[in-house]
Amino acid sequence: MKINQDHIRNFCIIAHIDHGKSTLADRIIEKTGLLTKREMQDQVLDNMDLERERGITIKSQAVRTVYHADNGEEYIFNLIDTPGHVDFNYEVSRSLAACDGAILVVDATQGVEAQTLANAYLAIDHDLDIMPVINKIDLPSAEPDRVAAEIEDVIGIEAEDAPRISAKEGINIEAVLEGIITNLPAPSGDPDAPLKALIFDSLYDPYKGVIVFFRIMDGSMKRGDRVKMMSTDAEFDVIEVGYFGAGQFIPCDELQTGMVGYMTASIKSLGETRVGDTITSAVTPCAQPLPGYKKINPMVYCGIYPEDSAKYEDLQDALEKLQLNDASLFFEPETSLALGFGFRCGFLGLLHLEVVTERLEREYDLDLITTAPSVVYRIYKTNGQMVEISNPSNMPDPSEIDYMEEPYVSAEIMLTTDYIGTIMDLCQERRGIYLGMDYIEQTRAVLKYELPLGEIIYDFFDALKSRSRGYASFDYEFKGYRESKLCKLDILVNHEKVDALSFIVFADSAYDRGRKTCEKLKKEIPRQLFDIPIQAAIGSKIIARETVKALRKDVLAKCYGGDISRKKKLLEKQKEGKKKMRQIGNVEIPKKAFMNVLKLDEE
Amino acid sequence: MYSSSMRNNAAETADWNFDDLPEQDLSLYVHFPYCVRKCRYCDFLSFPCGENDFEAYTDRVCEEIRFRAGQLPGMRLRTVFFGGGTPSLMQPQQAARILQAAAESFAMAKDPEITMECNPGTVDYDRLAGFRQAGINRLSFGLQSMKDDELAYIGRIHTRQEFLANYAHARKAGFENINIDLMSALPGQSLADYEETLRETLALQPEHISAYSLIIEEGTPFWNMYGEKTAEGALPLPDEDAERAMYYLTKKLCMQHGYQRYEISNYAKPGRECRHNLVYWYRGNYLGVGLGASGMIGSRRFRVTADLEKYFLTFEPQEVTALSEQDKMEETMFLGLRCRRGISTDSFRRKFGMDIWNVYGPVLEKYERSGHLVCDREQHRIRLTDRGIDVSNIVLADFLL
Repeated sequence: MKINQDHIRNFCIIAHIDHGKSTLADRIIEKTGLLTKREMQDQVLDNMDLERERGITIKSQAVRTVYHADNGEEYIFNLIDTPGHVDFNYEVSRSLAACDGAILVVDATQGVEAQTLANAYLAIDHDLDIMPVINKIDLPSAEPDRVAAEIEDVIGIEAEDAPRISAKEGINIEAVLEGIITNLPAPSGDPDAPLKALIFDSLYDPYKGVIVFFRIMDGSMKRGDRVKMMSTDAEFDVIEVGYFGAGQFIPCDELQTGMVGYMTASIKSLGETRVGDTITSAVTPCAQPLPGYKKINPMVYCGIYPEDSAKYEDLQDALEKLQLNDASLFFEPETSLALGFGFRCGFLGLLHLEVVTERLEREYDLDLITTAPSVVYRIYKTNGQMVEISNPSNMPDPSEIDYMEEPYVSAEIMLTTDYIGTIMDLCQERRGIYLGMDYIEQTRAVLKYELPLGEIIYDFFDALKSRSRGYASFDYEFKGYRESKLCKLDILVNHEKVDALSFIVFADSAYDRGRKTCEKLKKEIPRQLFDIPIQAAIGSKIIARETVKALRKDVLAKCYGGDISRKKKLLEKQKEGKKKMRQIGNVEIPKKAFMNVLKLDEE
Repeated sequence: MYSSSMRNNAAETADWNFDDLPEQDLSLYVHFPYCVRKCRYCDFLSFPCGENDFEAYTDRVCEEIRFRAGQLPGMRLRTVFFGGGTPSLMQPQQAARILQAAAESFAMAKDPEITMECNPGTVDYDRLAGFRQAGINRLSFGLQSMKDDELAYIGRIHTRQEFLANYAHARKAGFENINIDLMSALPGQSLADYEETLRETLALQPEHISAYSLIIEEGTPFWNMYGEKTAEGALPLPDEDAERAMYYLTKKLCMQHGYQRYEISNYAKPGRECRHNLVYWYRGNYLGVGLGASGMIGSRRFRVTADLEKYFLTFEPQEVTALSEQDKMEETMFLGLRCRRGISTDSFRRKFGMDIWNVYGPVLEKYERSGHLVCDREQHRIRLTDRGIDVSNIVLADFLL
């Protein structure tokens, strides 16, 4: 089928979390008739179980549908789904670059939120035309007029004619579909120029190798073409091209300018098809790659160890398999005195970390111990060298350190004005640098801070939610490195240093953190047959101490009528508890303690 | 009547070889589920009921004994234990019928130990004399406390005075082997309160004392008061230090008064250990009859139905567990180590054909090193030290394979 370029629309849907992005995507797919109702799963675009449970999209995906418009013409819609979390900002930006327009979904009861704003600005930065849509008008507390005015005020885009819909109830979806044709542009691009395609995602398939997702900006691609990845100069023969059905790949002969689709070429590793890279023809290459490509680096690291050391190789296998589909996952072998053999793993952010560890546990049935996450610190040594460390154990001797730097992010926190004081306190506690505050309307404001990434990776989000009773939303982006006074805090359990519990901390809060960590560990470590001192130390100096008192007697239960099973159950419970422990020296430490120990904001 | 053949003097425990209890020996547990009312801490199988049910229940228990005996030919009965519930609510005549059924069904050992749990306030001299005459030669009084306010608070029906009267009746009726159950860590109980109970009990010179701590079990009224957190207005439970002090005081005073701790929570004058309980700990055969009773014969543990209606319809056990060699080893350890004598390594080898060190070497060494366990290499015995007994749950859990 020859497709007229004018009849293609490439767009994404952007929204704050829970404003109804996935539901609207479902409705669009449903109304364009590609799928019958019966075939619909609740949220077609979110394939992974994990995504469905968390209500977020982890990997970018795309779907092509055919829309029969009111004017009698057929249009091709390529809906590109974008990840909804700040951890995946770069992937988001590449997905946006593959679009020409965006639908901005705003909840009629909530109005503009932090991610609404961040995503809208991101779309504007990518020169996308934006069509606002006001969702959830079926709810009693919906205020579509107020929200429309807010969109105009805060974001500065026309919203008076924004379709007012309920994606959940299927109300007014037609207005969205027609709006896509009238308000969002068709792809520009030169069909006669050399091939220029933007990679926005890829997937590893054990039979076909890497499946590359891309958008053709100029030229076309067909089976048998020899193509080149411009950042690596790697060349491949295209084996298959096609587009995205709902949940399936549909091969075709050729993909033309403006189309979104995939190709396979027996590519062995995701490393060769980097998100943001440009595919061109190996025979007649284009002169310049598309802008915006960068190699992304992990921001957050932690140690991942198998609970059962015999499972080390299983863990390695699992990580390798996950990496096939997740080029941003980094790992290398690491050894801990306390935890044995494991891996230091790098992630885009804390959510990415949680997703990966959950998948390892769930899909690969591994029991893991994860250590507290760390950011990458830069250490400038007195000999002029700079080293980057993400594992506190690798920190050089203080005498060799000239100064240190830590990563900062700029953060925008959107909140109701009632909580400005509390949240400013929180940011202050986390060493935030106040940048300013804008009022959106009388009761809502955006707080702007620069915050050390190290202060927000553990529990900042939880603290923000609990202290604002859920009324604050948060977005951030990496800003750069700043000099900082940092030191390494060691934790000694029963006089033995537990390397997996060491962490790097801002020097002025070291005492406080040391004390709180000891208190926390005291709660985490159950009483055992002897007193267990827990100490925090900087170098050889002990700065805090707690003691887990020895258990000296247990209760005496009667054994009624020879009912032994009760006794055995009691002992089994005792033994079960032990399994959740890691033996360090002769102390048993619960496995969750290694991660929990830094979650201090729990009151 | 069976009682004519009974002798009163307690046989020496030394007659018994608990390390290798003979396969043809049997103990009998008889469950009597009825109570005047349920105590506030009790989560065992019992319910209040009228006296007219007792006769039918006794008939059924007798039938059950006869039925089981048919499956267990050639066994010799060495101990009987009436537990509950409140077995002392039954008529002496009914106890006699049950013992009669047992004597007709099994060969009776020469000096059987026949115990009945007895709640103060449910008996008088005549009834106790009747029980004695029926063949019961050991009483276990559920005293719990000598303080009337404590007794009332935990839901017992008796007072201190009633107990003292019953105790005197028991002696007068010829009971020469009496246990008294005590409970520590009661709501509102101070160390001094407990000491008074303990001293007054010791002054009576019972042959045996069992001392437990109050445990707040789910599904009891106390769970609602103390389970998650202490309810407003509820008397506070003693703190951990006080509880521990009560525990050490029990040990100290009992020893001073000539009792030996032969099991975690049981103290006895020499030769007056409760043999029926030792059969449980040393994995002798015991048959459980009556509602919800547990038993173990050979390689099987079983439990009688806890549903009264069903109990009258079928003798099919509600639950049968076949024990693997591993189960048996585990039980041998975690039950045998409760006792001061501990376990015999020779007997372990005889029973399992394996050296105990091959099975439990690392655990034994670990706790021997930490002083919780002693391996007597000359006597070929392993036992917990006092320190080990104090924290037995932790230590014994390590013997699960």
